[in-house]
Amino acid sequence: MSGLLVGAILRSPHPHARIVSIDISEAEALPGVHAVIHAGNVEQRPYGYNHDNVPLKGEKVRFIGDEVAAVAAVDEETARRALELITVQYEPLPTVFDPFESLDPSSPQIHDELENVEGNVAMRWDWDHGDVAAAEAEAAAIVEGMYSAPQAAPVPIETHIVIASFDPAEHLTVWSPIHMVFMYRKELADCLGLDWEHITVIQPPVGGSFGGKIDIDPHDFITVMLARKTRRPVKLVMSREEEFIGTRTRQPIHFKLRTGADADGNLLFRDAEIVSDNGAYNGWGSHAMLVAMQTITSMYRVPASRVRCAVVYTNKNYGGSVRGFGNPQATFAVEQQMEEIADALGLDPMDVRLRNANQPGDVTPQGMQITSCGLEECLEIVREQSGWDKRRGTMRERHRGLGAAAFVHVGGGARIYRSDGCGAMVKVDDSAQVTLITGASELGQGSETVLAMIVAEEIGVPLDAVHVINSNTDVKPWDVGVHASRTTFVAGNAAKLAATKVREQLLETAVEVLGAPVDELRIVDGVVEVSGDEEKRMPLGKLMRRRLLREQGSIVMATAFYDPPTQMQKDYYGNVSAAYGFGAHVAEVEVDPGTGMVRLLNLWTAHDVGRAINPMSAEGQIEGGAAMGIGLALSEELVIFDGQIAAPNLHDYGLPTAVDVPRIVVNLVETIDPRGPFGAKGLGEAGIIPPAAAIANAVADATGIRPRAYPMRPWKVKEWLDAGERSHVARQGAADA
Amino acid sequence: MRVELSVNGDPYRREIEPDATLLSLLRETLGLTGTKWGCETGDCGACTVLVDGEPVVSCLQLARQVDGTDVTTVEGLEVEGELGDLQAAFVRNGAAQCGFCTPGMLMSAEALLRRNEAPAEAEIREALSGNLCRCTGYSKIVDAVLEAAESRQAPVDASA
Ligand code: FES
Ligand code: FES
Repeated sequence: MSGLLVGAILRSPHPHARIVSIDISEAEALPGVHAVIHAGNVEQRPYGYNHDNVPLKGEKVRFIGDEVAAVAAVDEETARRALELITVQYEPLPTVFDPFESLDPSSPQIHDELENVEGNVAMRWDWDHGDVAAAEAEAAAIVEGMYSAPQAAPVPIETHIVIASFDPAEHLTVWSPIHMVFMYRKELADCLGLDWEHITVIQPPVGGSFGGKIDIDPHDFITVMLARKTRRPVKLVMSREEEFIGTRTRQPIHFKLRTGADADGNLLFRDAEIVSDNGAYNGWGSHAMLVAMQTITSMYRVPASRVRCAVVYTNKNYGGSVRGFGNPQATFAVEQQMEEIADALGLDPMDVRLRNANQPGDVTPQGMQITSCGLEECLEIVREQSGWDKRRGTMRERHRGLGAAAFVHVGGGARIYRSDGCGAMVKVDDSAQVTLITGASELGQGSETVLAMIVAEEIGVPLDAVHVINSNTDVKPWDVGVHASRTTFVAGNAAKLAATKVREQLLETAVEVLGAPVDELRIVDGVVEVSGDEEKRMPLGKLMRRRLLREQGSIVMATAFYDPPTQMQKDYYGNVSAAYGFGAHVAEVEVDPGTGMVRLLNLWTAHDVGRAINPMSAEGQIEGGAAMGIGLALSEELVIFDGQIAAPNLHDYGLPTAVDVPRIVVNLVETIDPRGPFGAKGLGEAGIIPPAAAIANAVADATGIRPRAYPMRPWKVKEWLDAGERSHVARQGAADA
Repeated sequence: MRVELSVNGDPYRREIEPDATLLSLLRETLGLTGTKWGCETGDCGACTVLVDGEPVVSCLQLARQVDGTDVTTVEGLEVEGELGDLQAAFVRNGAAQCGFCTPGMLMSAEALLRRNEAPAEAEIREALSGNLCRCTGYSKIVDAVLEAAESRQAPVDASA
């Protein structure tokens, strides 16, 4: 790209400070510098949920890493030197890092400019269903406790990279890995005052996202601002350190949970007080509670539930929509209490799970309509494979233990926006090449192959005849974006609908050309066959040429838009997804009582995927998700001191390596969902959800202690071992009986 | 300053900055973008290449230090325009999802197979432990390496 400049960002070194003054004159004077921007010399508007963020901060900074100024220069070295020449005067303000402190009305207010925010509570999520007090009175056993999840990061191996370029007619093209491309375009336009019909977003191959590339970030806007100012294309590459401090993280969530059950193990209630520590701004991360709440109210049949949740601001890097979106955190609490309450009642935790398992046809208290549901089967499979009945509770002498966890997660879209839809276009040309142009994006999750398989199957052509185009907003039809494990289900249904129409068009021509009635025609492997007449076979290419290359010829092409029959929740009630995925894991661990070191020996998993369209890639998604879950459970954490991420690098972060992840056993359970394309449900996030809970339960089985937080690093486990941290049983059913 | 080296069998002579890394020489000067940049601190392994057959993280290697060496990058694993056996095994086993770690994984695996023709699973995991993958959970990568090792050992078809 000729004339490409390099962008770089100056970030706040203070966790909370007022910006007193900024002097860019020296930076501007440096040869090779083409622009120096800050809040005082650009056009920008607040953006984000509740408009609590702005790309370049003018009044104050709210975490270490907040964007203050940026430069565009001829090369990286000049850009870095220019950043050093910018002088910013800050007046440090009192800080708050602990979410519970942040709740205290006397703590420093982080968003004093927002009139609709009281104290530091960005948002509340309150839910009541049934009579919790009555259920409590009835319960034979009640367990209660605190469960905490840390700040973690998605860590794609490729960092965020953005290129922005205006053409002479003011048309903006942005190359970006963000996979909510149409929303991205609108947010860019709204914040920067651009015409969104003059923006093209192109998505090059993406080196992983895991949700880290869902949110639009300040650096996206900044790259465009720099290109606008310099009239030159600008490229901005996030360094690995910036990826940790300046892109979205997984929010720490703290659960104070109580679960009650009757003497037979029937669940009676769950009662949760939750504090979500989402950091300095809302981002999408503030909405992770949507999913966390679903697990509390709807994982197993729970007659009564109560949730009180505050999402609070703190002076830290803020949360985004990382894979699992609140669910690994919630499952860590909920599934530990399933085993704790079973133990308190003297029952087997698997029996208690099966007794309360969600069933097809259930409508959960939040209005989630369960269609296909393989939860029971998944539980039975991992129970059997792990030798649960013979081994759980018998290996403590050898410091070994088994623990289980199940999950529920959206698997048929998720209506968090007015539309939950995705468009598709399918065409066939004169060579019989089939092209699918889909709204969905490929991030390495394998959607391109799955969508091509759906189209190939539906039309009746070989897989390698189908080409997929998905990377340019000028070309592709509208889509909400890749999130919530929705692509196979939503983009798959859209592709299938368009492919059905294409097949019909091809058959219409075949009726005409081959002179046979439509019910005697089939398309198999790219050839139209007439039943009972071998002679009349015709390859699709030839058929297409007969249709096209004549007077009044016509092309074969069809479009479809699939918006699943889902509801936007009102007061947290509504069928947010058209299908739900379920699954269960059992972990086997060995705990070194001397050091507290937890070694994961085995992980058996069973996932209800509806139908595995591409089994190898379904397995790969589950293995990769589970590996991330293992990372959360045992090693991953952004350790923060006084608002500073202690070691923003890959060496210290604790990403699992090939020696840390055992061979994971994956069972794909097919329940053939009534609405899924060929019965498939989404599974992209599923694998990450249960491991931390299953491993915690296994640690409890191995040692008798009860893990309260993850990652379960040796020194923390050692602390629990030394302190004798146990389950808190508020009422003991079996003992009373 | 000037470096002379061989990359994937082709001789190159280039002017470089004294502090240029081998990674920037490959990606920016020679346009061989198969080798990936993931951290620049030696932690991710995405930039792994072979220097005289030994795996090296090219982000930490100065270009001037490879003067006179023989460098192999992922582009060099192809055989006459076709995927090499290890690459093909990766494809067959679903060992690449986003593919960003794959070039580095392939080079570490290639180095392993050159010094150990029949590695055990644990040896493969050890050899790949400097290459981070966030997508796969590693098992399918290990399977691909096992499969490639096996096929290299299989007796050569006499009729070929
Ligand atoms: S870029 Fe060299 S190890 Fe990460
Ligand atoms: S395949 Fe994506 S990082 Fe390994």
